[in-house]
Amino acid sequence: MKYIAGFLLLTLLTACDVWNNPYPSADAGKAILYTAFTERPKHLDPAQAYSENEYAFLANIYAPPLQYHYLKRPYQLVPQAADSMPVITYLDSRQRQLPADAPAEKIAFSVYEIHIKPGMHYQPHPAFARDAQGLPEYFHLKPADLNDIHAPGDFSHSGTRVVTAADYVYQIKRLANPQLHQPIFGVMSEYIIGLKEYAQTLQQTLKKHPDDFLDLTALPLPGVTVVNETTYRITIHGKYPQFAYWLAMPFFAPMPPEAERFYAQAGMKERNLTLDWWPVGSGPYYLSQNDPNRLMVLSKNPDYHSELYPAEGEAGDLPAGLLADAGHPLPLTDKVVFTLEKETIPYWSKFLQGYYDASGISSDSFDQAIQVTGGGEASVSGAMQAQGITLSTSVATSTLYTGFNWLDPVVGGCGRHIPSPQSSPLMDESKQSDSTCNPERARKLRQAISIAVDFEEFISIFANGRGIAAQSPIPPGIFGYREGAAGINSVVYDWVNGAPERKPLTAAKRLLAEAGYPDGVDEKTHQPLVINLDTTASGVGDKAHLDWMRKQFNQLGVQLVVRSTDYNRFQDKVRRGDTQMFYYGWNADYPDPENFLFLLDGAQGKVNHGGENASNYSNPEYDRLFNEMKNMENSPDRQLIIDRMLTILHDDSPWLWGYHPKNYVLQHGWLYNVKPNVMATNKLKYWRVDAKLRDERRAQWNKPVLWPLWLGGSAMLLFALWIWHVLRQRENARSLQDNSPV
Amino acid sequence: MYCASARTPAACKITPPYNIRMIAYLIRRLLYALPILIGVNLLTFALFFVVNTPDDMARMQLGVKRVTPEAIVLWKQQHGYDKPLMINHAAAGAKQFTNTIFWQKSASMFVLDFGYSDDGRNISREIVTRMGPSLSIALPTFLAGLVIYVSFALLMTLFRATALDIAGVTLCVMLMSISGLFYIIGGQFLIGKLWHLVPVSGYGGGGFKFVVLPVVIGIIGGIGSSSRWYRAIFLEEIGRDYVRTARAKGLSELQVLFIHVLKNAMIPILTGVVVVIPLLFMGSLLTESFFGIPGLGSYTIDAINAQDFSVVRAMVFLGSLLYIAGLILTDISYTLVDPRVRLS
Repeated sequence: MKYIAGFLLLTLLTACDVWNNPYPSADAGKAILYTAFTERPKHLDPAQAYSENEYAFLANIYAPPLQYHYLKRPYQLVPQAADSMPVITYLDSRQRQLPADAPAEKIAFSVYEIHIKPGMHYQPHPAFARDAQGLPEYFHLKPADLNDIHAPGDFSHSGTRVVTAADYVYQIKRLANPQLHQPIFGVMSEYIIGLKEYAQTLQQTLKKHPDDFLDLTALPLPGVTVVNETTYRITIHGKYPQFAYWLAMPFFAPMPPEAERFYAQAGMKERNLTLDWWPVGSGPYYLSQNDPNRLMVLSKNPDYHSELYPAEGEAGDLPAGLLADAGHPLPLTDKVVFTLEKETIPYWSKFLQGYYDASGISSDSFDQAIQVTGGGEASVSGAMQAQGITLSTSVATSTLYTGFNWLDPVVGGCGRHIPSPQSSPLMDESKQSDSTCNPERARKLRQAISIAVDFEEFISIFANGRGIAAQSPIPPGIFGYREGAAGINSVVYDWVNGAPERKPLTAAKRLLAEAGYPDGVDEKTHQPLVINLDTTASGVGDKAHLDWMRKQFNQLGVQLVVRSTDYNRFQDKVRRGDTQMFYYGWNADYPDPENFLFLLDGAQGKVNHGGENASNYSNPEYDRLFNEMKNMENSPDRQLIIDRMLTILHDDSPWLWGYHPKNYVLQHGWLYNVKPNVMATNKLKYWRVDAKLRDERRAQWNKPVLWPLWLGGSAMLLFALWIWHVLRQRENARSLQDNSPV
Repeated sequence: MYCASARTPAACKITPPYNIRMIAYLIRRLLYALPILIGVNLLTFALFFVVNTPDDMARMQLGVKRVTPEAIVLWKQQHGYDKPLMINHAAAGAKQFTNTIFWQKSASMFVLDFGYSDDGRNISREIVTRMGPSLSIALPTFLAGLVIYVSFALLMTLFRATALDIAGVTLCVMLMSISGLFYIIGGQFLIGKLWHLVPVSGYGGGGFKFVVLPVVIGIIGGIGSSSRWYRAIFLEEIGRDYVRTARAKGLSELQVLFIHVLKNAMIPILTGVVVVIPLLFMGSLLTESFFGIPGLGSYTIDAINAQDFSVVRAMVFLGSLLYIAGLILTDISYTLVDPRVRLS
């Protein structure tokens, strides 16, 4: 019996060439893309989702009217579900049409007319299933009918239908639904006509009929109207050119009302069958498996026929092979398998084994993956090259900065804090001490610190060189960013030999002395200057970079006190203005300078207005220029205004501008059409895999190493035999002892 | 009922049969559990809300971008966090206590209705779904580990005061001194990455191959402490009179150890072992996270990170409940291995 079991085990172990394949062997050779997600999404409802990890799925499931061109740079919007770009009409306050170049202040309303492609279909879903009479098959389910149902795919029938303009209108109405978490309701209610009042109407309806299904189709929204089957109009207040960017987000994707009605039935929520977990979209993929604890699978939407691979790109795209699939129907893969990988080490190991098609690079693996040439160019290491792995890099449309609190009497601009009910009495007292504040002194202090904190060194040490030191809030690739000497922050840098060079420490010390702190000592009180930095960084891994920061301040003789705190308290301090300096960051919603420069708009002050200006910076001239710039189209005039705004910012230095991180992505040789695009979240449909090559490489790289098994087994057997032998000897000795004559 | 042994009428009380007494004992223990569960629940609630406010929870769920005060108020209303924490001074009568976050979030748990997580998923359903993966790792680790630890401890006892014993104890101390994280990362590197014997991480699909590595690592990680503990128990037993008697009867050392010593050492072994059996459902926080196993351990960690009070309180409540069940099971197991022990 033992021999048979051993034989069976040996046969089993040697039956397949690869033992460590985490995927079913039946999937070999199929056009499946393998990737990972590190955090489970909280929402998959396009009205509620707003995070990067949620868009990784949603943007491939839903089809909003617009999208970013995959290949062209700078980033530009192109139609996705729309058959052309929206037609924008400007109206004055008396609803009379204005010319396209009318000044922004004269424009009372902008009307966006959107034509969608005819004949687009939704993914197969039971909400669309019809019975023999043509009536919805699953609209009168009882909880008992759902006993064996765990996913929409468990229903016996499904159906589809044509996407209509009314579905887009329905989704915009959902943005005001008080039953949902509405991340952009605040912004959109300022623009879309009637949206604020619509939310109140819905609230009242819910109060009157709390148990009834909230039928949005019966309640019209004046600012959003259906023109015909394939056309709808959105009317917004004033001129807001950035509105088009919102039309590229899933917030504005179509939603079939029957999907919401389907999921509203009794018993659905208890089974986790909700629109928030099982999307119903018209995009290139649909969610066929949703186990956010382990695996999420997107399958090709069989009814998606509305899009082809782009035929145009940038100059280098053709030689790079990025146009080889031009004209092919999208998507180019049948399935995308997302596996939950919370830790970077197993993720990286599985990428090297060929079980993920692409990967980022963690700090732990950077030296193994990347080599930096003498000229500072990054390329993949020899070992990676041997595996056919290539690298693509891009600068993220993000900025990681250190803010000065403008309301602080030492480092701030002597802004006034308007006490709110949430403000602590202690904090109010400190913020009222404006008599001690000297704006000029504080400005020079901020400038001195801006020079002293060497972000080039920070990037080199702590980000493996993956980033570029920021000259302003605007990252490269966004209109308003200037290359070369014209774009540098002249307070911190000089232009030397064709490159920016940080000013010497002596310049910082001179500014510090002018601020009244020679060698970091207050000349009035003779006390050393102490500055507090608030951060959520508190782990062992953060110590090095916090020490580095202290060292930067020590160079000026200034003492830096790091106040590490948990996330909640940190956010609370920023909200109350209880900080001096703090770490913060921003990821762009859309590629427009307005989306970065508004972070320093006085009207967005965090403490006084609850906005996104976390440093509470306020400069009337900057605010005036911002209001002028924000509604302009990209033009030389707009660039000039931005230049003036940036000069003000450089001079005021309300932030240490920090850096713009660089994304490094590694991909295997069997993955095609990968071009970094930091704005587009619906990239998966363009990617293609050579599954045959992948299978060959996996087999080649993952041959099981058997000698440790044999060695371990043999060692254990020998040990067992030795023990047996020793025991036998002992027993024999004892027997002899017992039997020996006394 | 005839009372043969009684010498006085007072001593001759009618005592119910043992089964009845045992059931009464169990019912009593279960009733004792109620105040413990209430206390644990109260403590969890207090600790959680000392660190987080309902506003913090709302902000964590809504994200940091474009969160308006109205959105926070709405979130709290939708999730039942718009009430006072413990006492509602605005209400009258019993509603002062029932119309509070504590009552609304806690009372239903005593009928095992855990409600919904802050991201809208049914917690009971999640627990049921995730118990399987947790058990698939924890149960084999527990069973195989128990056999290996006891065998290794018996081996050291068998060769006590020899070089093998010293080597065994040294090995145990070495294994105890190493962090569990090292075993996980080292195991993934050696067995998964270098030798390609099993997947580095993952769960499902092929089943068995995903379980091997975490189970092996779990067993190795526990050898040091457990084997030393069992060795100490066996060494204490080996000096007793019944062992000398057994040897005098001519039994081999193996028979003495495996039949007599092991049986008599069962009470302390069961004390440590049975109590953890129900807790196997709760999974392992670290192992599940590193191996991508969708069990209850990773569920708890995710909930703590996401400040999801609904899940945290449910998991703490479940943990307490299972621990109490473990203690009761331990008491029952004593009666099975030692006829002298009687529950009453």
